[in-house]
Amino acid sequence: MSSPTEGPANTGSFVTEEALQRLKKRHAAEARFKLYGQLAIGIAIVALVALLVSIFGQASSAFSRHVLSYDLNIEASYVDPEGTRDPDAIARNVSGFNLMLQDQLADEFLADDADRNDQRELYGVFTRLAVLPIARATADAPETIGSEQIFNVALADDIDLFLKGGVSARKSVEIGTVAAGEGSTEDGVTLTLASQDDAEKLSAALTELTRTDVDDAPAVALIKAGNTWYRMESSEGRNLSLTYLAGPRVLPAEGAEMEALVLAQSQENRTVTDRQIAWTKILQTQGRVKSVLNTSLFTNSDSTYPELAGTAAAIIGSLLTMLVTALLAIPVGIFAAVYLEEFAPKNRLTALIEVNINNLAAVPSIVFGLLGAAVFINFMGLPRSVPLVGGLVLGLLVLPTVIIASRAALTAVPPSIRTAALGVGASKTQSVFHHVLPLAAPGIMTGAIIGMARALGETAPLLLIGMVAFVAEVPDGPMDESTVLPVLIYKWSTGAERAWEPQTAAAIIVLLVFLVLMNLIAIILRRRFERRW
Amino acid sequence: MLETFGHLPVAWLLFAVLAAAAFMAFYVGRTQAVGIARGYTSQLNSQPNYHGYFVAMATIAPAAIILFLYMLFGESLVRAQFASELPERIRALGDLELGQYIDRISEHATRRDATATGNALFDAASDRYTNLVGLSRIAAILLAVLAAAGGFFFGRSRLSGDFRARARVEDGIKFLLFLCAAIAILTTIGIVASLLFEALRFFSRVNVFSFLFGTEWNAQTGADFGAIPLFFGTFLIAFLAMLVAAPIGLFSAIYLSEYASPRVRSIVKPILELLAGIPTVVYGFFALQFVAPIVRSSATWINGLPFIPDGFLAAQPTSALAAGLVMGIMIIPFVSSLSDDVINAVPQTLRDGAYAMGATKSETVKQVVMPAALPGVIAALLLAVSRAIGETMIVVMAAGQRAQITPDPTADLTTITVQIVALLTGDTEFDSAKTLSAFALGFVLFIVTLIFNLIALRVVKKYREKYE
Repeated sequence: MSSPTEGPANTGSFVTEEALQRLKKRHAAEARFKLYGQLAIGIAIVALVALLVSIFGQASSAFSRHVLSYDLNIEASYVDPEGTRDPDAIARNVSGFNLMLQDQLADEFLADDADRNDQRELYGVFTRLAVLPIARATADAPETIGSEQIFNVALADDIDLFLKGGVSARKSVEIGTVAAGEGSTEDGVTLTLASQDDAEKLSAALTELTRTDVDDAPAVALIKAGNTWYRMESSEGRNLSLTYLAGPRVLPAEGAEMEALVLAQSQENRTVTDRQIAWTKILQTQGRVKSVLNTSLFTNSDSTYPELAGTAAAIIGSLLTMLVTALLAIPVGIFAAVYLEEFAPKNRLTALIEVNINNLAAVPSIVFGLLGAAVFINFMGLPRSVPLVGGLVLGLLVLPTVIIASRAALTAVPPSIRTAALGVGASKTQSVFHHVLPLAAPGIMTGAIIGMARALGETAPLLLIGMVAFVAEVPDGPMDESTVLPVLIYKWSTGAERAWEPQTAAAIIVLLVFLVLMNLIAIILRRRFERRW
Repeated sequence: MLETFGHLPVAWLLFAVLAAAAFMAFYVGRTQAVGIARGYTSQLNSQPNYHGYFVAMATIAPAAIILFLYMLFGESLVRAQFASELPERIRALGDLELGQYIDRISEHATRRDATATGNALFDAASDRYTNLVGLSRIAAILLAVLAAAGGFFFGRSRLSGDFRARARVEDGIKFLLFLCAAIAILTTIGIVASLLFEALRFFSRVNVFSFLFGTEWNAQTGADFGAIPLFFGTFLIAFLAMLVAAPIGLFSAIYLSEYASPRVRSIVKPILELLAGIPTVVYGFFALQFVAPIVRSSATWINGLPFIPDGFLAAQPTSALAAGLVMGIMIIPFVSSLSDDVINAVPQTLRDGAYAMGATKSETVKQVVMPAALPGVIAALLLAVSRAIGETMIVVMAAGQRAQITPDPTADLTTITVQIVALLTGDTEFDSAKTLSAFALGFVLFIVTLIFNLIALRVVKKYREKYE
């Protein structure tokens, strides 16, 4: 800092050349310091935005999914071979429904001499268990057997992902029309493109998508001519030599439209084969593969197949757990706060309780999980993985939060209220329960809801009391095995298939929606009822 | 009869019965008080309602105590009796296996749709177990009913014109409130006792010093329990997190409390608090999906630079750096809101004094406000470190499983919390060194965070008193 202590020579004016220089420097330092602050806030906000954008970006693809849609006659020979019309037997006969759909696909796409591998490739387009809802619907109404019903079956996760733009980088190229064609679908076809430009466009796309950092991984082109799909093996000028993949087994007529789908990875390096892509594309042009809203995300329970997995059981599990947590933490928290704030004598025990509550609020949550595992499960013999134990552990975890919030709300009620009540003859208890507590209620409820929101997002302690178990059924009560949303998110995030990623992000959004709702309620409560004294 | 009781969900039933009894007792007590006063209720020491409350309290309190005791000890009593009735050859199995056998039986017996297994002994035992449970429940209920009746008559006998019913009822309420406050203490005792108990069992098998100072950790195979690599990983990740959170959190707090207009403050503060409201599992997913790949590709890029030796950075798909960075983001609002409080608590007169001397705002902050707020800021940072050490989900998802000591932040490291989760997830027997080691780790974690918290809370308290 500048202080004019250098003697009489400097008296007279503070505004010397040096002082101005110093001032400039000081102002620069001031601006820098302010900038650091703005930068810090900027970084924090950018981090938040990056987090939300990345999760919403991931999740967006999970809110729709592709289904295979067929109008099929439900034939009794498939679904009820014994003709008993027994609902249980029909519901259990998943493979019958499965076979019906498989045969339909095989009729359409496989030659008569197709071997097991061809079949497996074709049937891999959808998941076996995806027909389960249809089997159940048919079992509920056995009279529909023999009539035409709509089959909507989830496509396999990898193909769904491919249609949404995942699995492999790609580019669609219009390559004009067929000028000439020769060969046969069995031994290979050679088609000639109508224009040289189109041939160059195709090879440019192939070069563009071929990765340069990996050896021997050229891009591949799938060619559609007319309604038939081919894989391009090589090209020479305008002549493309092709292998038949799917569609009508006839050579395209001269002038038939052509289209190329260039993929960065060959089928050895991706989870979806060339033929599966061709089949799906054909089904898509027939309108049999379409994109629908992914309602099963909310109506289904957990599954080992990402395309069938949903959050229903976890949402109910979370609600049951929260119920137990609320029943423990809210009344006990409020009563404890009332005692400490209004009744407790100033002595060592109270001081100890106070220090203890503040400390408890800062104990890592996983320690509460250890407590639950040791006391509730090992010592008291309660079952693992049930909402009752989860709720108790979370209740103890948020108890300090509720107590601290309730105490703050109680302190905010002015002492005049208490003295006025005592003055007209109320006892201490009456003044607290009839006057102070009702006035503090909005603040207490706000704190309680925020505590509940914290419990809803908590994961670690629940892992230790076995709530990671795979639960495929919606739990019936607090003593039924179940899982909760955050744990489900954790479990899905460890899934190996790529399709789990958008699924996990979607589950995160479900969780965030619940949290936002709870916080909104808390904010509204505070705005609506908060009083300033 | 015994069997039906063994299967019945009696808890709800009892709850309803107790509630009904309380209502009845209230009504009887109230009527009696009105009778005593012959209608002139102002003659009574307490209002008739309080007499009613008193009788209700006297009725249900003893019954509730008995039922509570039954909940705590009922099952172990049943098991002890059941074990003593088992054939000699099963009793000779030893405690652990005997316990598991009874577990199986009780699980089978409590299933309502249980069918005979075909094993004659097992079925008979299961039936007997159901009967014993039913018997114990009937006994508990009878005892509770007797106690309730006793309490009811005792309560009624106390009522009189000058009986201070209100004072008695309020004593009861106060006691209930005290019990609620004591649950917080009980929780702490429960934590310390369970951690200590299991940790001591662990240390009876593994030497304390080889646990605290050993450098090899292979708990999954049950071979080595040297926790130094875990401590190292924990502190390295917490350090990385603090490198992010401390400057950003502090500068945000300074800017918000000293520079920002009220409008900016009212927008930015909730946004920062939003960061605090996001569940940790979401941060974990973010770290795993987005930050870890970026860290990895940056590390690969650095490895590819001309003057860097090959394999200089480990560049693992999960890394300490990814976990640390995201954990830092998570802790920012924690540091900023605590420091904000502390900075706001510095009296305005100190700032005014500095401005009067011609200091700029930043000079005031650096040379007056921060030194005054320093203890509080340090406490805030300590609490943040304790939070970072105890954080679980981010490290479980993004830090890795390998116990190693390396200063390379792009390597995958493991932490105390990761190991606790890994050791206690899945099938757990409370009798292997592997499971018990999780409790020993938990104990260390608890003690370390407790020390940090105690120091921080004490400093904050002192600091508050100084300026109040």
